[in-house]
Amino acid sequence: MFKHESIETNSGLLIVLTLVAISIGGLVEIVPLHYINETVEDVKDPATGLEVVRPYTPLEQRGRDIYIREGCYTCHSQMIRPFRDEDLRYGHYSLAAESKYDHPFQWGSKRTGPDLARVGGKYSNEWQVQHLKAPRSVVPESIMPNYPWLTETDLDLSDLQDRMVALKRVGVPYSQTTVEYEDNVKKFGEEVAKKLDINQAEANLIAQAKAGNYDGNPNNISEMDALVAYLQVLGTMVDFKKFDEDHFIQFR
Amino acid sequence: MAHSAALSSEQYNYDIVKKFAIASIIWGILGMTAGVYIASELAWPFLNFDIAQITFGRLRPLHTSGVIFGFGGNALFATSYYVVQRTCQARLAGGTFWPNFTFWGWNLSVLIAGLLYLQGFTQGREYAEPVWFVDLAIAVVWVTYFLIFTVTLMKRNQPHIYVANWFYMSFILATALLHIFNNLAMPISLTSPVSYSLFSGAQDAMTQWWYGHNAVGFFLTAAFLGMMYYFVPKQAGRPVYSYRLSIIHFWALSFMYMWVGTHHLHWTAIPDWTSTLAATFSIMLLMPSWGGMINGIMTLSGAWDKLRTDPIMMFMITALSFYGMSTFEGPMMSLKSVNALSHYTDWTVGHVHSGALGWVAMISIASFYHMIPRLWNTTLYSMQLVYTHFFLATIGTILYITALWVSGIGQGLMLRAFDEYGNLAYTFVETVAFMHGPLVARAVGGLFFLSGMLLMAYNIYMTISRAKQEEGVPATAAAKA
Repeated sequence: MFKHESIETNSGLLIVLTLVAISIGGLVEIVPLHYINETVEDVKDPATGLEVVRPYTPLEQRGRDIYIREGCYTCHSQMIRPFRDEDLRYGHYSLAAESKYDHPFQWGSKRTGPDLARVGGKYSNEWQVQHLKAPRSVVPESIMPNYPWLTETDLDLSDLQDRMVALKRVGVPYSQTTVEYEDNVKKFGEEVAKKLDINQAEANLIAQAKAGNYDGNPNNISEMDALVAYLQVLGTMVDFKKFDEDHFIQFR
Repeated sequence: MAHSAALSSEQYNYDIVKKFAIASIIWGILGMTAGVYIASELAWPFLNFDIAQITFGRLRPLHTSGVIFGFGGNALFATSYYVVQRTCQARLAGGTFWPNFTFWGWNLSVLIAGLLYLQGFTQGREYAEPVWFVDLAIAVVWVTYFLIFTVTLMKRNQPHIYVANWFYMSFILATALLHIFNNLAMPISLTSPVSYSLFSGAQDAMTQWWYGHNAVGFFLTAAFLGMMYYFVPKQAGRPVYSYRLSIIHFWALSFMYMWVGTHHLHWTAIPDWTSTLAATFSIMLLMPSWGGMINGIMTLSGAWDKLRTDPIMMFMITALSFYGMSTFEGPMMSLKSVNALSHYTDWTVGHVHSGALGWVAMISIASFYHMIPRLWNTTLYSMQLVYTHFFLATIGTILYITALWVSGIGQGLMLRAFDEYGNLAYTFVETVAFMHGPLVARAVGGLFFLSGMLLMAYNIYMTISRAKQEEGVPATAAAKA
């Protein structure tokens, strides 16, 4: 019979066997998720056949960077669970596909404030700006900090291309070459593909900020512009009206 | 006694243990102060003062990193370096340079990471917030730590490797594995702290909570069990209750913990089978956890009277009781039906703190009260203060977790309540208003715990300065002879 003593008297054996014991769980649960295709749903527009979940535009991505910088995930989740109360409060449960371009994911673990997975379009830009600057001026019982510096700080565009190139390297389909651009046209349609072109990133960002005028101040592009642009796109990419009610159940 | 202790300090590298122990207490106070402050921000939001650096979102990672990696990490370095030398009867490997390298490398990493959070540089993933170059530095420090520990084990003058060292080894290996795989990221340039994670969405979530839960499982559990297996028998003056149980405990815990991370992702957009598997293993994990608790508590058999007379022992047994309680609560919360209510609420935060304050901090505090006088070859300045500390810590922890049970379960029930017409009975912000009372109580609980830590710092400071005064001519002469 194998005696445990042989492990206790041999540090090499202790190390190897411990490594085996601690490796199995992760291997079984995580590795398959990278290979099983159904892990992330394929969501295509039934009419056009185009992918509906797209990478963030440069402005939205910069807003997401600010969301991460301020630690919003410490109080807000972005993951709606399939329960009746959450459906009534927040909307359709979250699909894996909806965060497929999220590096890192921001599903969160705590709701000190409400879930934000589908906050896009729920409130006006004006409300979002006022709420971020002084939450208690619109929701008296709120315990959220004020974020007045967002409107006062110009958005830093100096490393915009670096950021998009880094995201491209980890798999987000931003385009640099004509071939990549053409691929994006096939995948997302021309209108979206234009916004994903790294070479046009700054021009696209400025155009979206000017057109959207998210912070109500047309003279500058502030961090508030970016953050509100990000919040307004959250959960809006998949239009659930276009799909049968039980369409997504097959992926659960 | 004095003679053998003087010999120990010649034979062993106590200098490095002293440094880590003191750093741990300092980080403990800093990290818990940050904790009390952010708890107060939730109760009284004006405390954010419109200053970006101290808003909840930026300060909260400083609290978690400060207590987990600063307080906990330094406590683990200190005790593992102490225990591995004592139980192997061998001096720490790596001379003076490499252990010091781990000390400065670790502490500067945590400090730089923390200061960068305040400036808004974070990876945005819980407990893995440090920026990419700090992660690289930590990886180098960790490999050095592994080598120092392993070479010391190989130099041992005892045929057997003592059980405490198995747990420390398992913690070192698992932490290396988790740290490296979970922090795979692409920096935007070599001069910027900003990076994007290699994985996205569902895969990123799985990897992160595999890391996140095992940071609890190995960093905050396995390693502190190593502490328990050395310091409880030492303080009790009794051998470990069951050798067989310690073997089963070790292998079952090491194997099962790695499966359970996904219970943080119940009902989310990950495949259901991973969630079910994690819940199953979480329930099974109750057995090795309680096996360990029983092994620790029963070590006291034959010396139960110490529970009345020895406040250090009171800390240890209370720590083990909280360990037992939170390892029961955890599997219960990992059931999908319970999790549906508890997830996203303060119940989770309370659960973490019953483990973190009740178990991790209390067993560390007890170990320090045992170890520090021995390091400086003296006795504690005041046992009465240890006694007071014990009550402050226990009352603080109970107040804390009770407040968050009320807040968490209350909010969970309110959010799923419907009125007679089938509409939602409460808006979200009504639950926020409801939580104000419990959140105040929680901050007070944290303040109790923090004041205990301050008392400890004073007691340890007086102990060390008295030891330095006593360190006169005879001791030096004896050492030279």
